[in-house]
Amino acid sequence: MSSFLPPLLVAVPLGIAFLIPLVARRLERLADALGSLATLSLLAIAVIMFPLRGVYRIGGWNPPVGINWVLDGLGNLMLVVVNLVSFAATLFSIRYMERYTAKPRYYSLFLLMVAGMNGVILAGDLFNLFVFLEIASVASYALVAFGGRHEELEASFKYLVLGSIGSTLVLLGIAFAYAVTGYLNMASVSTAIAGRQSSPILLLAAVFFIVGFGVKAAVVPFHPWLPDAHPSAPAPISAMLSGVLIKALGVYALSRVLFNVIGVDRAIATVLIAVGTLSMVVGVFLAVGQWDFKRLLAYHSISQMGYVVLGIGLGGYILAIGGARSSAALAMLGGLFHLANHSVFKSLLFLCSGSIEQATGTRQLKEMGGLRERMPLTRVTCTIASLSIAGVPPFNGFWSKLLIVIAAFQAGFAWLAAITILVSLVTLISFLKVLRYAFLGTLPKTLREIREAPALMSLSLVLLAVLCVGMGLLLVPAVRGLVLDPAVAALSQGLEYARVVLAGQ
Amino acid sequence: MLYTLCFALFLVGLYCVLTKKNTVKIVIGLGIMDYAVNLFLVLLGYRHGGVAPILDRSTNPVDFAARSVDPLPQALVLTAIVIGLGVTSMAIALCIRLYEKYGTFDVTQIRRLKG
Repeated sequence: MSSFLPPLLVAVPLGIAFLIPLVARRLERLADALGSLATLSLLAIAVIMFPLRGVYRIGGWNPPVGINWVLDGLGNLMLVVVNLVSFAATLFSIRYMERYTAKPRYYSLFLLMVAGMNGVILAGDLFNLFVFLEIASVASYALVAFGGRHEELEASFKYLVLGSIGSTLVLLGIAFAYAVTGYLNMASVSTAIAGRQSSPILLLAAVFFIVGFGVKAAVVPFHPWLPDAHPSAPAPISAMLSGVLIKALGVYALSRVLFNVIGVDRAIATVLIAVGTLSMVVGVFLAVGQWDFKRLLAYHSISQMGYVVLGIGLGGYILAIGGARSSAALAMLGGLFHLANHSVFKSLLFLCSGSIEQATGTRQLKEMGGLRERMPLTRVTCTIASLSIAGVPPFNGFWSKLLIVIAAFQAGFAWLAAITILVSLVTLISFLKVLRYAFLGTLPKTLREIREAPALMSLSLVLLAVLCVGMGLLLVPAVRGLVLDPAVAALSQGLEYARVVLAGQ
Repeated sequence: MLYTLCFALFLVGLYCVLTKKNTVKIVIGLGIMDYAVNLFLVLLGYRHGGVAPILDRSTNPVDFAARSVDPLPQALVLTAIVIGLGVTSMAIALCIRLYEKYGTFDVTQIRRLKG
């Protein structure tokens, strides 16, 4: 493929990340402009690239010698989601980050993180994926600690330790895969694996990948860093971390490696289903008792990631036991659609929590109340997002959860469907609590003078809220065939991936 | 045998990260884990009595490929070391800031976050 666009997705954020400290060190306005411009242009590139398919060979070297980047339905969907949320977050940052010093450095780290995520999504080479994973991770460790207060440093250290263990395990998995096959290119590794008996070393590699990426995705046994790290970061960064980072580095990378390189058999799919269900249930029950708004949202991220992993794992399971391809596709569609939806509504919720915190100076739900008069716009957007995450029709979260439930029934897991619905109800309860305590009730005396969030912040809230309402339309068959089905096809093709990539030279 | 030692080194690092209370020791543990993996990668490409993987005009490429060690893991390890350096310096910077704020390196006393 001869398009010049894919390298720009990494080059633009990297270039501007290092340009900002050079030219805009003292000029905060210039840094604002450069940051927003960068993410806006990235969004534009991702949208233009959406219909593109194929393989980009870096430096013109053919795989397996050269490094290649792969564009397929799944990757393109992820790119649009990542860059959309980063645009909303930079727009929000312009006013929100005024309370911190060193705004230009904030934008540098932010763009480094975006560059890392775009790289992870594009990478068609295991080691390349690891390098980008580390770029995004290191930038996110620094961003969590950005405020420099006690809790933030503590959360960042915890995140760093667990995150590094995860990355080391991923590297170990890559080493094992190289030991077995002698390749690093994903497509070549996959063909080499397909041509031999399954070996215990390969199984070990799969386990290391599941644990390593599982730490990044914060699925349940590996989740303890998330409820500390996500609330401690500044609100736009929380939105990025919960909205896209755990998906790009965790779920996306995991499903790419498992489905397209190693191949999902029954055991791996069962692990995915178990982990997904566990995350869903544990996350939601830990969330419902929280009184810190952002901490509550962070626990819900764990729970919602459970839905995504469950959907994808269910699809893999049905394929592995040779079930109907249509119900496998339905399960994966549910999982991937929920992934896109969760990015939108969870980042909206975190941005809402940011505007409330900016106005009231607190994150404790018990200290809020009666904000409906003073912050009508935040109330509306926050309500939309809450109903979406709880799965109330007609908002986007409802449709994706419905698909997962139907797929679970079709696969004969009626009890899984029941758990899914139960978790959804508990989610609803916990968000009714949020809405009740934050927006209804009487306004405390201390909060009489607060005002609605500034225009730019509100703009990004409205942008995401409109998406929450409108994304249900993605299921209309014509649009679905254009946007979601290619992503599902990319996963369910499984090991066909190698043939497609190697032929795409 | 060497692979087993490598894995043992990895476990030593993991043990250190999981049980030590001093933040700096935890960072050292992370370093040990990292180097165990690097060592493993280099071992993968090693060949007894192999030559350095530098090709010059006088050697026959086929003969060279049969005798040299695998250069790819060496390139990976170089990259992994640089990444490890970045992570370690980030971790040490955090340790210093934590010490400034809390006045201690003991993780059991650095706990304001709960729930």
